[in-house]
Amino acid sequence: MLLELRSVEKSYTDSDGRVPVLRGVSFDLMAGQTLALTGESGSGKSTVLHIAAGLEFPDAGSVRVLGQDLAQMGEGARAVVRRSDIALVFQQFNLIPSLSVAANISFQAALSGRVDPGYIDDLVDALGLGDQLRKYPESLSGGQQQRVAIARALAAKPKLMLADEPTGNLDEGTAARVLDEMLKLVAQTDAGLMLVTHSPSVAARMDRELHLSGGLLT
Amino acid sequence: MNVKLAAILALMPFAATAQGFSGLGTEADEAFAVPAPNPSFSFPADHGAHPDYRIEWWYLTANLSGPDGTPYGLQWTLFRTALAPGEAEGWASPQIWFAHAAVTTAEAHFATERFARGGIGQAGVEVAPFRVWIDEWALEGPDFDTLTLRAGGPEFAYDMALSAQGPLVFHGDKGFSVKSSEGQASYYYSQPFYEIEGTLTLPSGDIPVTGAAWLDREWSSQPLSERQSGWDWFSLSFESGAKMMGFQLRQTDEADFSAATWIAPDGTTTALPDGALVATPLKVSEVGGRAVPTTWHVRLPERGLDVTVKALNPNAWMDLSIPYWEGPVTIEGSHKGRGYLEMTGYE
Amino acid sequence: MIRICLRALLSHWMRNPVQLFAYLAGLALATALWSGVEAINAEARASYDAAATTLGEGQYDQVIPRQGSSIAQETYLALRAAGWLVSPVIDVERGDVRLVGIDPLTSPTGLGAVAALDEAMSFGQSGRLFANAETAGRLRELDGLTAEITVDAGIAPGVAIGDVGAVQALLGRTDLTRLIVLPEQPLVQMPLAQVAPALTVQPSQQVADVAQLTDSFHLNLRAFGLLSFAVGLFIVHSTIGLAFEQRRGMIRTLRSLGVPLRMLIVLITTEMLVLAAFGAVLGIVLGYLIAALLIPDVAATLEGLYGAQISGTLELRSEWWLSGFLLAILGAAAALAGRIWQIARMPLLASVRPRAWVMAGAGRFRAQTWVALGLLSAAGVLVVLGDGLIAGFSLLGCLLIGAALVLPALAAGALSIMERRVQAPVAAWFWADTRQQLPGLSLALMALLLAVSANIGVSTMVSSFRLTFTGFLDQRLAPELFVRVESAAQSAALNRYLDAQRIEALPLLSRPAQIEGQPARLYGVRVGPTYRENWAFLDESPAVWDRVAAGEAVVVNEQLARRDDLWVGDSVQITPDLRLPIGAVVGDYGNPQGQVIVSDAVFSALHPEVYAGQFGIRTGDASALRREIEEALGIPQSAFINQAAIKAMSLEVFERTFTVTAALNVLTLGVAGFAILMSLLTLADLRVPQLAPVWALGLTRRRLGQLELARAMALTVVVFACAIPVGLALAWVLLSIVNVEAFGWQLPMFFFPRDYFWLGLYALIAAGLAAAWPAWRLMRTPPSKLLKVFANER
Repeated sequence: MLLELRSVEKSYTDSDGRVPVLRGVSFDLMAGQTLALTGESGSGKSTVLHIAAGLEFPDAGSVRVLGQDLAQMGEGARAVVRRSDIALVFQQFNLIPSLSVAANISFQAALSGRVDPGYIDDLVDALGLGDQLRKYPESLSGGQQQRVAIARALAAKPKLMLADEPTGNLDEGTAARVLDEMLKLVAQTDAGLMLVTHSPSVAARMDRELHLSGGLLT
Repeated sequence: MNVKLAAILALMPFAATAQGFSGLGTEADEAFAVPAPNPSFSFPADHGAHPDYRIEWWYLTANLSGPDGTPYGLQWTLFRTALAPGEAEGWASPQIWFAHAAVTTAEAHFATERFARGGIGQAGVEVAPFRVWIDEWALEGPDFDTLTLRAGGPEFAYDMALSAQGPLVFHGDKGFSVKSSEGQASYYYSQPFYEIEGTLTLPSGDIPVTGAAWLDREWSSQPLSERQSGWDWFSLSFESGAKMMGFQLRQTDEADFSAATWIAPDGTTTALPDGALVATPLKVSEVGGRAVPTTWHVRLPERGLDVTVKALNPNAWMDLSIPYWEGPVTIEGSHKGRGYLEMTGYE
Repeated sequence: MIRICLRALLSHWMRNPVQLFAYLAGLALATALWSGVEAINAEARASYDAAATTLGEGQYDQVIPRQGSSIAQETYLALRAAGWLVSPVIDVERGDVRLVGIDPLTSPTGLGAVAALDEAMSFGQSGRLFANAETAGRLRELDGLTAEITVDAGIAPGVAIGDVGAVQALLGRTDLTRLIVLPEQPLVQMPLAQVAPALTVQPSQQVADVAQLTDSFHLNLRAFGLLSFAVGLFIVHSTIGLAFEQRRGMIRTLRSLGVPLRMLIVLITTEMLVLAAFGAVLGIVLGYLIAALLIPDVAATLEGLYGAQISGTLELRSEWWLSGFLLAILGAAAALAGRIWQIARMPLLASVRPRAWVMAGAGRFRAQTWVALGLLSAAGVLVVLGDGLIAGFSLLGCLLIGAALVLPALAAGALSIMERRVQAPVAAWFWADTRQQLPGLSLALMALLLAVSANIGVSTMVSSFRLTFTGFLDQRLAPELFVRVESAAQSAALNRYLDAQRIEALPLLSRPAQIEGQPARLYGVRVGPTYRENWAFLDESPAVWDRVAAGEAVVVNEQLARRDDLWVGDSVQITPDLRLPIGAVVGDYGNPQGQVIVSDAVFSALHPEVYAGQFGIRTGDASALRREIEEALGIPQSAFINQAAIKAMSLEVFERTFTVTAALNVLTLGVAGFAILMSLLTLADLRVPQLAPVWALGLTRRRLGQLELARAMALTVVVFACAIPVGLALAWVLLSIVNVEAFGWQLPMFFFPRDYFWLGLYALIAAGLAAAWPAWRLMRTPPSKLLKVFANER
């Protein structure tokens, strides 16, 4: 099992006191599967993703990635899992502004010590980034930046890819193309993908869709 | 005086620090003359300086008594040390003179020192009439047997008259005194038969004193072996009229090297070989931050000598540029009497 | 992985070289000012020390000839043989170098010269001389000097030391110049007059005279150095803050990609400290250059002013470069610590939208103001209750940091007042926008505040110092000619001679005295117009001099007044039988001892045996009168001092002090201007989204640029207004508290509004220059970039 959430509960504290966000969320994700997580703004979609990535911790319940309980691991071990097995793509600000596109793409792969130049070339070609490699992120359009982020995520050959509204900042046409490319590449690697989105059309492209409402899956 | 200069002088054989000896033992300066066996002395010339040798001294110690019998000790030493053999005019002279003066009572110990460059007349030796001096300090008289001694420091002074009651005494083999099993040696003779009287000026006032004094003359260029870390030197005068000079050189490796001269009341000497004299510490005192033996068990079985030698004042530390212990002692046991003890190389 | 992360971190500097420059330059400038000032101080101190210990002058009594300057070597030997523990010195000027020969064997312990001779180990046998590098250079140029010279930095400038025999041989002489008297002498000793009637003992000099004033000068310089350093630290603090804020996104990305937090912290700390070390080294080099440029002036200042010789060259001494380096690293580390702590606590997914890095929350702003008020109150408490130098410096610290921290709140207040007073929309926007910029600029403004206050404080202090000192010189050096006499007969003869010529003479009688149980000096003066006209008092009662002349009052110096807390209205016991009221307290600079001044009549009645040993003489032509007296009375040339010449030189030299101070002022302002520049450049990118709407609403880019410049000026005016009271308070603390604690006398404080005006102008220029480039860049921002703000997803 790639990802396994069991009865995950999470609440935040704000000026009104404790606000429950997740009230017992359980689901599984298998290798090669794609999963859409949808819900209203503030429904806790991103929180689920952060918990799955080990960036946040549930108040109750458990999270297992590749059979390992993230909560039981130390900060260092979690960092290892994050750079070796998981890849993250956010809505924006994914890239390191002071590194070139090429350096950004190979960055995570280099961190986990698994640079495969041939594969990276393939990714660059597949995502149409060949002309951008020497540029810096600031001179790319939003769609190009997200393509770089996806290339970086895939270049590390992750087992689990987590994406938070990866196309949320893009216009419809660009979004559709970027999503196509991402799904094609994920399918080729047999990785699992969990994608947070509020767009029904994006969700429809996934194998499965889970809808969060009132802190519960419906 | 400054530290560096003290270090130069510490290299001299007299200043028996371990480092000093090791520096000297290995660094035999070919330029200096070296004592040879079977010396023939010529007097009064040999009472004077021998600038071709590295180190030389005129070393006077005296056991004194006040009018009420209170014991006192007095020391006066003029050292000559050469940076290079020979003599030159004026400031260019390689000879350096320094002198120590001390008075010891049962309660107090006063010591002071002087320095002078050779060649300019601030210090030196003349033989006829006899005069050794540095600044206003002087040991002088018409000849070696009849002398006056004047010296002093910020806290004390003395003014003494000495007259010899016996002959000169030669140590070792006719004045060739071996200092180690490796053959290091010095020329060494003494006048141990002085009667002395005069005035001690102490912070408490002037004190007329009388007693006996002992003058050592010694010169050499490398008297100690590099394995020797210091020495203990005794000059003992017994009530019988006999005297004994003895020293042991403490070695870092094997047994210590010792030598002694037994001096009959008429001045006849017997040189005693290494091992004949056995001196072992009985009591160690904390003096000047060092542990120094101030009571000794001294034995010379050949002469039936088995005595305890005890410092009149354990605190007789000469806190000078070259620090060492020097003070009067009392003798109890098979023989009774008084004497002087000098100890160097106690760190 | 370390390599990859490090590359990512360092790539930030490659892409933002200006920030790297700001960080390095900020540290370098801070270190440079500190180490430059410290270098000057260290050099001067080392020079005094070398002078004092090389020759033992002032430390030991000396035997000198009554006439001439030669002592036969036989006389030296006779003295030694008479129980005099003296050490021979031959001391001869050759060219502009003093050749000094000593005997290391007999010279007193701790004489610096001896240490040098010991190096040779063979004194007497080599003709070797020892001198510092500069003197050695001069010696080598002297004709006929064949001696081997060893360079030794510990030797006083202008002096070459050798063995007495070697120097005699070098000069072809056989005599000596003087003899040092060792502190311990034997019980039995013949009187000097009996052994060597031609010689006399000259007591050790009261070196305190020089030490006191020079120490005061150095203390003030050091305070200045510290202030400069504080200014620099503000820059460092702000650049470090900026670098972190800008890399916040990168740090988040790195962590989300699985780089452990601990490694990030270690890497960033190492990176910043290595850079800091680099900046510090740069600063030390710069400081060295500053010091090297200024030291000839300082040397001249001190030599002329106090007769203290210092070398005109600079040595690399660990005390200043090391302290500069450590301060820089510690300063950077302190600034770093807060940022690292923030990273450690930063939630991994916290908003990475690059906020302005110091856009602190209102809470922090309030907290800062409270801290500031706390510090200022502490300063107030220290003024009232503090005691000792530490308290004085703590007071300085509280005052400056408190003032800096309270500045943003004050500026915000001032700006909101402006905002409320204007009606026009652009003006209203301008003030509101300025107020909004305040947090981003506050560190730079604080740096400017510190710089300007330091400058105001230091100018006030130095100028007060000058006024006081010139007044003091006028007072004490009023008589043009000054004569020392040797005997009562000479004294009486001189008095009669001057009387007959109707020349105003000011005989000075003096002897040591115990006043209120403390050693002091009692002076007898002949009250006349000179005293009445030239003496300025710190505190006085009416008709002081009349009452002094009538034997009804005394004048005491400030040292005595402070030490025994005796002021006008109190009285002082002069002898067991005589008690007189204090008529006035006179400021006395450069003398640690208490003094009581009575009329000559009172003095002579108390001490009939004391004759006037010194005479001040009023004359229009000092050199003519000097020759006349010499001829008439046989008083040798060396007994005269031309005070007019001394005074003129002292005054001239004080002008040089100003050069030094002015140069340091410019540098500090430069540093502060730099801080403003860096802050503005930093904010420039963040400004674009803020300015774009205003531009879109119809303000030209040119107008916007002008407004940016005006904003910098407006803020500078606010800062300057705050800096005046802070600077004056600073000067007051230095003059009235620190100096009193350190030296026992207070420097009166004077105000120099014209200087402050110019300083304000300089500050405006500095700020204007700093703002010019960012403003120019803004004017040149392409419209597309401004438009992008609206199109951009931000």
